[in-house]
Amino acid sequence: MSEKEIMDRLKSIVKPYAQRQEGLDNFEESTDFINDLEINSANLVDVVLDVEDEFNIEIDNDSMEGMLTVGDAKSIIQNKLKHP
Amino acid sequence: MKKRVVITGMGVVAPNAVGLRDFGSALREMKSGIRFFPELEKLKFSCQIGGKPEISEDLLSNYFTPLQLRGLNSSGIVYGVVAGTDAWLDAGLEIQENGSPDWDSGIIFGTGILGVDKFREAIQLIDQGKTRRLGSTSVVQTMASGISAYLGGILGCGNQVTTNSSACTTGTEALLMGFERIQNGKAKRMLVGSCSDHGPYVWGGFDAMRILPSKYNKEPGQASRPMSETASGFVPGSGAGALLLEELDSAIDRGARIYCEVLGGDINSGGQRGEGSMTAANSEAVIRCISKALENSEIEVSDIDVINGHLTATTRDSVEVENWTKALGRTANDFPYINSLKSMTGHCLSAAGSIECVASVLQIYNQYIFGNLNCEDKHPEILDLINPDKIPNNTIEQKINVLAKASFGFGDVNAVAIFKRYKS
Repeated sequence: MSEKEIMDRLKSIVKPYAQRQEGLDNFEESTDFINDLEINSANLVDVVLDVEDEFNIEIDNDSMEGMLTVGDAKSIIQNKLKHP
Repeated sequence: MKKRVVITGMGVVAPNAVGLRDFGSALREMKSGIRFFPELEKLKFSCQIGGKPEISEDLLSNYFTPLQLRGLNSSGIVYGVVAGTDAWLDAGLEIQENGSPDWDSGIIFGTGILGVDKFREAIQLIDQGKTRRLGSTSVVQTMASGISAYLGGILGCGNQVTTNSSACTTGTEALLMGFERIQNGKAKRMLVGSCSDHGPYVWGGFDAMRILPSKYNKEPGQASRPMSETASGFVPGSGAGALLLEELDSAIDRGARIYCEVLGGDINSGGQRGEGSMTAANSEAVIRCISKALENSEIEVSDIDVINGHLTATTRDSVEVENWTKALGRTANDFPYINSLKSMTGHCLSAAGSIECVASVLQIYNQYIFGNLNCEDKHPEILDLINPDKIPNNTIEQKINVLAKASFGFGDVNAVAIFKRYKS
């Protein structure tokens, strides 16, 4: 799966949770889930579940804790897709 | 000096109508909201009928954000949020998205059990070892105070925000608790009400107790028969009712429309002593509750024009009417008019008290008494106590000054509220 495709899918996943439109408009690898997108911290677990469903992978708790930015998420997804 | 308390807003989600205007029409027209549910037949329920409000997806999007709607599977929260938000807006209040909370406004919104379908989802995932798949809203959709928490966030209330629970007394109890808070000067506005989930997991326990009617599955509209000789149990319902209580001075300052005044009321328990038990009311306590409600409302027994009873359509209806005759010392033609909303909605359980308070207030505000459905064959034990025309079969236009509303619940708990027509 191409990086662009992963990023596009990620963007549509986070869209309903993001409370800051500007963060969505400038959606890039450095985008921070909490600071830039203003996603409620409780909703981060929902983002992870949606990512799991979308990419058919499982994200363990340790990986989830390191998932602060869109780039982090992209790397985790790429890793899991390579080594399921 | 105790503050006077009035009602300035209402909202309702009932089996026979959703929204205050439609509900008012349904009352006058005596519309039944009882339907047959194939799901209950499939599950081998004895009683395969019930009362379930009809809410469209379109309507939901007016009350919840797309994010709130994701994974929302708690019917009590849906009903409570719609009714509660409606009551707030009906009172002419605005929803401020930003700034400080409204410190003068609080919420007491009760329930019996909340988010049963969501809880079932969670139980199935947990039993499959998939606890991590529950998502973030499993707790808030199933905690009892989920309903007051959702409303508190939507409306931005900064006073007390809580949930009460006292079985079928819940809604009327919430009203009286909010009333006392305003009366004592601790809040200017209290959104009070209650909600109840629908469906087999809520209604099943009652079906198992064999206290629901099983012979009306083909004629659902005739099943709920309070005060009738052929009553054979209560029809389970669901929904929510909400009332915005407000300090009289605050209502006048805002130029708010005033539906009626809450004069007072009483809440007590029969202690499950004497004839009282977990599931039956102690008549001594019921009579005392009525008397105390009149006493602290500073009115006479002769002032009561109408009673909106608890009257569920079980064998206990006669006992309830007898208790009213004893508490008021009024019988035969001297007895007030009496009616039961449950003939149209079934017994909405923890939502019953608040939905019926809304129905009571609509009668005072619009000066009519809705008729009792399915009560052509009035119970002989009741006719020994009061005249048949005191139980109207059809809606009548009638001057009403004072109405008494009663609710009783499992655990032998009682609540009686007294409403009075407001004249500026």
